[in-house]
Amino acid sequence: MAEIKAEGLTYVYSAGTPFEKTAIEDVSLTIGQGELVAVIGHTGSGKSTFIQHLNALLTPSAGRVLLDGEDINRDKYSRRDVKRRVGLVFQYPEYQLFEETVYRDIAFGPRNMKLPEGEIDERVREAARFVGVDEGLFEHSPLELSGGQKRRIAIAGVIAMRPEVLILDEPTAGLDPAGCAQLQENICRYREETGSTVLLVSHNMDDVARLAGRVVVFDHGRVVMDGSPAEVFSHAGRLLEIGLNVPRASELALALRKKGVPVPEDVFTHERLLASLLALREGRPC
Amino acid sequence: MLKDITLGQYFPGDSVVHRLDARTKLVLVIVYIVALFQAQSWLGFGLVTLVTAGCVAASRIPPKTMFKGVKPMLFIIVLTAMLNIFYTSGTPVLPGWIITWEGISRACQMVLRIVLLISGTFLLTYTTSPIALTDGLEMLLNPLRRLHVPVHEMTMMMSMALRFIPTLIEETDKIMSAQKARGADFETGGLVQRAKALLPILVPLFVSAFRRADELAVAMESRCYHGGEGRTRMKQLRMGRADHIALFLGAAFLAAMIALKRLGL
Ligand SMILES: Nc1ncnc2c1ncn2[C@@H]1O[C@H](COP(=O)(O)OP(=O)(O)OP(=O)(O)O)[C@@H](O)[C@H]1O
Ligand SMILES: [Mg+2]
Repeated sequence: MAEIKAEGLTYVYSAGTPFEKTAIEDVSLTIGQGELVAVIGHTGSGKSTFIQHLNALLTPSAGRVLLDGEDINRDKYSRRDVKRRVGLVFQYPEYQLFEETVYRDIAFGPRNMKLPEGEIDERVREAARFVGVDEGLFEHSPLELSGGQKRRIAIAGVIAMRPEVLILDEPTAGLDPAGCAQLQENICRYREETGSTVLLVSHNMDDVARLAGRVVVFDHGRVVMDGSPAEVFSHAGRLLEIGLNVPRASELALALRKKGVPVPEDVFTHERLLASLLALREGRPC
Repeated sequence: MLKDITLGQYFPGDSVVHRLDARTKLVLVIVYIVALFQAQSWLGFGLVTLVTAGCVAASRIPPKTMFKGVKPMLFIIVLTAMLNIFYTSGTPVLPGWIITWEGISRACQMVLRIVLLISGTFLLTYTTSPIALTDGLEMLLNPLRRLHVPVHEMTMMMSMALRFIPTLIEETDKIMSAQKARGADFETGGLVQRAKALLPILVPLFVSAFRRADELAVAMESRCYHGGEGRTRMKQLRMGRADHIALFLGAAFLAAMIALKRLGL
């Protein structure tokens, strides 16, 4: 269940006007059930445009998106259904909060799905638990909370629809380090407990290296790399070339290699770097 | 998508029309509108149409874009045409019909007048950046300052409003997408239901508009903005030879139209 497949996706903004802009071009990608995929790329490389195709918010200019082998843009109903199965959390989602209370805002999605009241209540509480929002906040106005809390509530609003695929566009942008770590932990726990597929757009390579099972790199609207973090970050030079950061450990390893220290290419976490340096000192192969 | 609405949007370019001074173009549009309302015969309408077509060609704005601007007015245009066709007396097209030859001719002229009016004014906003437009307006209205009309403040408000229309449209687009992702439905249901469905868009939109206005005011104040008194401009508007020629041609065009009307042609 829930395998997403993009075939030759191309999207052109404002087609037919002088402002025409091809945001993504010929993107093909298969994301399997239960994967945690990180999407990285410099600003304007088309990440947000790509993920908005996965729940039919944007209709491709060319190519198609298949969910379990079926075209999601088949008709009006499939386009509606896919929004329930593929949950999308936008960049800075806190700006979309509108209800009078936190509870009602989280319940907005499930209510649109026309679920019975009891089920809605259950889902709201469950979603709040996943993102670490205390039930004591339920009756507060979402507008009077802190930025980090707003962010959690917005994410809970999507999780409450129990999507099979959860897509988050830079969920930790602008949060403090503790808030970042907590939110990531929440997301990972959500994935483990529900077995959903998670797609994460991120600019923080250290997080990507730590969390993701697979990394997809966008550059100028195309997928230029796709593989495990070890594979992708072993091309540190290429990543730097297209204007991306690499994890701090990769950066250090690259500098060491330049100085003649034979650190292996696939080192991208602090633990691995430390281990290989220790091994080198004792003269063991690493 | 909302973004694709072209409501008097600026299309950057480098044609003769683009390069004319904003003041010249503002004056010419007024001249054009006055001239348009002098047209009463097919000869007059023909002349205005020819002039409009010439200006559009000179501006290198694709005719398709011009017609896109007319589209939102389609309802009014059709309504005007209908009223004129059915409510003009004269010789019937076929014996016994209420549709008359005069009605058809009147309807065509009215439609042409609306389309030309829209095209002419859109040509101004298509070829002039909002900043240049409000600057030009401010300078044209400057004499009114003597009468204590707050010209600078008015044009500043106008340029800000123009500046923020695209931003607000973009914002609306984003909020709509986000709520659609949560299963909001803006397309189906009765009137009340649809009005209710707008709430999830309007609330965040207002919140962010007020926040933005606040931030803008602070940013302006911290750069010592204090109204129009003694303010200089980075881009000075300058009249050149092309402007003088254009104004002369505009005057000639208006004179020709008035002469046509006087002669009853
Ligand atoms: N609504 C729009 N209209 C026109 N062009 C757009 C629109 N949204 C994005 N673009 C353009 O499409 C390209 C890809 O944008 P996109 O938002 O997908 O980038 P991104 O990878 O998400 O960037 P970021 O990391 O800054 O979020 C950019 O060049 C952008 O200018
Ligand atoms: Mg983005």
